[in-house]
Amino acid sequence: MSLWERHKIFETNSLVLFFGALVVIAIGGIVEIVPLFYLKNTIETVDGVRPYTPLELAGRNIYVREGCYNCHSQMVRSLRDEVERYGHYSLAAESMYDRPFQWGSKRTGPDLARVGGKYSDTWHLDHLNAPSSVVPSTVMPAYPWLAETELDIRYIGEDLIVQQTLGVPYTDEMIETARRDAVTQGTLDALDSEGLLERYPNANIRDFTGTVAATGRLTEADALIAYLQSLGTAIDFNLYDDSANIR
Amino acid sequence: MSDTYMALAEFAQSWGLLYFVAVFVVVLLIVMRPSQKQRYDQAARLPLSED
Amino acid sequence: MANPTIDRKSFTHGEFGVAIALTVLAVFSLVVAGKAHSTAYSFHAVLFAAASAYFVYKIVDRFYSRPAEPEPLEIDGKPNYNYGPIKFATIAGLFWGIAGFTVGLWAALELAFPVLNFDLPWTTFGRIRPLHTSAVIFAFGGNVLIATSFYVVQRTSRARMVGDLAPWFVVIGYNFFILIAGTGYLLGVTQSKEYAEPEWYADLWLTVVWVVYLMVFLGTIMRRKEPHIYVANWFFLAFILTIAVLHLGNNAAIPVSVFSSKSYIVWAGVQDAMIQWWYGHNAVGFFLTAGFLGIMYYFIPKRADRPIYSYRLSIVHFWSLIFLYIWAGPHHLHYTALPDWAQTLGMTFSIMLWMPSWGGMINGIMTLSGAWDKLRTDPVLRMMVVSVAFYGMSTFEGPLMSVKVVNSLSHYTDWTIGHVHSGALGWVGYISFGAIYCLVPWLWNRKGLWSLKLVEWHFWLSSIGIVLYITSMWVAGILQGLMWRAYNSLGFLEYSFVETVEAMHPFYLIRALGGLLFLAGALLMVVNIWKTIASPEASAAPEARPVMVPAE
Repeated sequence: MSLWERHKIFETNSLVLFFGALVVIAIGGIVEIVPLFYLKNTIETVDGVRPYTPLELAGRNIYVREGCYNCHSQMVRSLRDEVERYGHYSLAAESMYDRPFQWGSKRTGPDLARVGGKYSDTWHLDHLNAPSSVVPSTVMPAYPWLAETELDIRYIGEDLIVQQTLGVPYTDEMIETARRDAVTQGTLDALDSEGLLERYPNANIRDFTGTVAATGRLTEADALIAYLQSLGTAIDFNLYDDSANIR
Repeated sequence: MSDTYMALAEFAQSWGLLYFVAVFVVVLLIVMRPSQKQRYDQAARLPLSED
Repeated sequence: MANPTIDRKSFTHGEFGVAIALTVLAVFSLVVAGKAHSTAYSFHAVLFAAASAYFVYKIVDRFYSRPAEPEPLEIDGKPNYNYGPIKFATIAGLFWGIAGFTVGLWAALELAFPVLNFDLPWTTFGRIRPLHTSAVIFAFGGNVLIATSFYVVQRTSRARMVGDLAPWFVVIGYNFFILIAGTGYLLGVTQSKEYAEPEWYADLWLTVVWVVYLMVFLGTIMRRKEPHIYVANWFFLAFILTIAVLHLGNNAAIPVSVFSSKSYIVWAGVQDAMIQWWYGHNAVGFFLTAGFLGIMYYFIPKRADRPIYSYRLSIVHFWSLIFLYIWAGPHHLHYTALPDWAQTLGMTFSIMLWMPSWGGMINGIMTLSGAWDKLRTDPVLRMMVVSVAFYGMSTFEGPLMSVKVVNSLSHYTDWTIGHVHSGALGWVGYISFGAIYCLVPWLWNRKGLWSLKLVEWHFWLSSIGIVLYITSMWVAGILQGLMWRAYNSLGFLEYSFVETVEAMHPFYLIRALGGLLFLAGALLMVVNIWKTIASPEASAAPEARPVMVPAE
């Protein structure tokens, strides 16, 4: 069989061409993706990262729904100016429960990976309602309906069940208390705040928009602000050893 | 774990590289064989000679 | 062709099967619509039910009006090509093109004038931008790819397309997917994975459509009368196959409930990022490159009336391109939490990718060798050749931007947006326009286009538009990247973030103007195509049957 004959088979047999192409395109993907699942140092070992509380998760889903990733990244790169502008560079561990990841690809607005705790809840509420009221030359759209729309947490337990199936360490207890936990986290002086903190250490518990006490209902803005205020706050970088996870 | 990485990287940067270069050379040799010129010319005219 | 026949007419297996399947889908969708968790999902379920029911009716209706025998494969010894679905996809492509360019212009203006967001959920940039990207890539590009691949595979195989309902299912089903995806974004149904925003049920529907597409395409190749599979078909096949693999891998998700539009992706964090950009970059590599290279390998030789410059080069081009492209994804994740080894691999292969890309560019452009004068006289051919030149430019820029140090500046800025658009407007846009200009007179059996002069106008308007677009984005991107990393004499960061936003304003205006010109050119094309189709059929054809007219 001449060398030519060997290539002729691709040119004249569509199935061989089909499987030949399949093999050729499979190689790169396999080499780059598969090791990420079994090389242990892909995700650093750190303290403090926990799954999202039900309210934060609901807020994250609003972040996803509104397509915030189109303008905001959540990934501080290991470059001097970014570390000075935004804080410690992002670790893989910090997004280990993010489905989908929201690292983004464009910064029309600033990075949000460490926005948690940088601004007050009131600032966030004003900023969502009318961004130019706090940042005059911003190009961000206003999201006034978030503070007006009641948060839908009817099915939040089901969300946790799916995440549990996918391997996120939500316990059955967390699933059971999911709806109550969401309400608890968004209310000032809530009854079960201790239980919530036990399940989700360091969770912010308060009336994020300042309207829950008066109206008795959580809004989408409550959830989104709860999520934003949690971003990048899981790890105490005063204690984190940068050289521990060199890879 | 960094041992695994180093071993894989070393293999990829030596034999892996050599392997892919060899495959590429073989593909080139197969495709460039002068005796096949007529077949290729025929194939290249496929869009033009249709009815 | 209505031959009187004594055979009794009966449903084909295909008609029967599809009608049953759609009936089941319609009933199921109605149940879902009633119990849906959200209004948006309920609306989509109703759309599914209505569309399914309508097409069951259409199948029955068609049954009564069609002849008993299936369409012959050949008439008088010549292939009886199936052009109906191709015409549909061509027109759909034009429609979505205009829609996508318009939404793009709107999104560009929103960045210059935020008031255009109107403080409404459905019109914010975050929802409009995916609508723009999906409309131009998947709706415009996808329909052009389906149309051209169905045309090329039939003509170069000298065989009628496989299937009776199947090709129609592909084109209609695909456009239904676009409708679900697009309305979904506006209503906030998205999984927020770039270029893979549609939720699980739209993804499932697309999977079914895509498998049928693959089978129709492959089946037609298998039916061919030629020993060779022409190289354009290789590229189309690699495009269909790889997009199927990428789509399944990147969209693996578990819905919260069958009554909920929300799903959670199987992958998380860093792995999700890698898989997303394995998908994302190869949506560029196989959807926007391999597929459109298939167009290049057929339409440029055809229009120039010369065989491709080097058929051998095209084979080397094919294998090296599909092998190298798949590795390039991690260059979207430089300096992130993705492990360094993956970043290095992504960068290395992205640089190597320069070679096959330019091999393909040389092959396309040099096809004109000895016939360069045609560039002066034929604006359609010129459009396609300039498209290949843009391909060369953006595939040089791409490897450059994948180098880590360059990427540290360019990433997250508008330079990326400019780069994408030199590929999208220049390469994908122009090769598609060229193909449509060629295809419409062939499909509708017209002597030629209504006006070549109008093509000239289209060419120059959109060329100026592209130049304005990409130059403004270069300046904007590099300026913003430099401002982000600028330090003052005391060693502090010189600019606050919002100062870099303010600096973008003039460039966003220029960009919008560029987009406007590009849109204006495309509108001229629509007029031209409209008039061409409305003009009388070519009568000089030697054969009696309209579909047999030789191209040119």
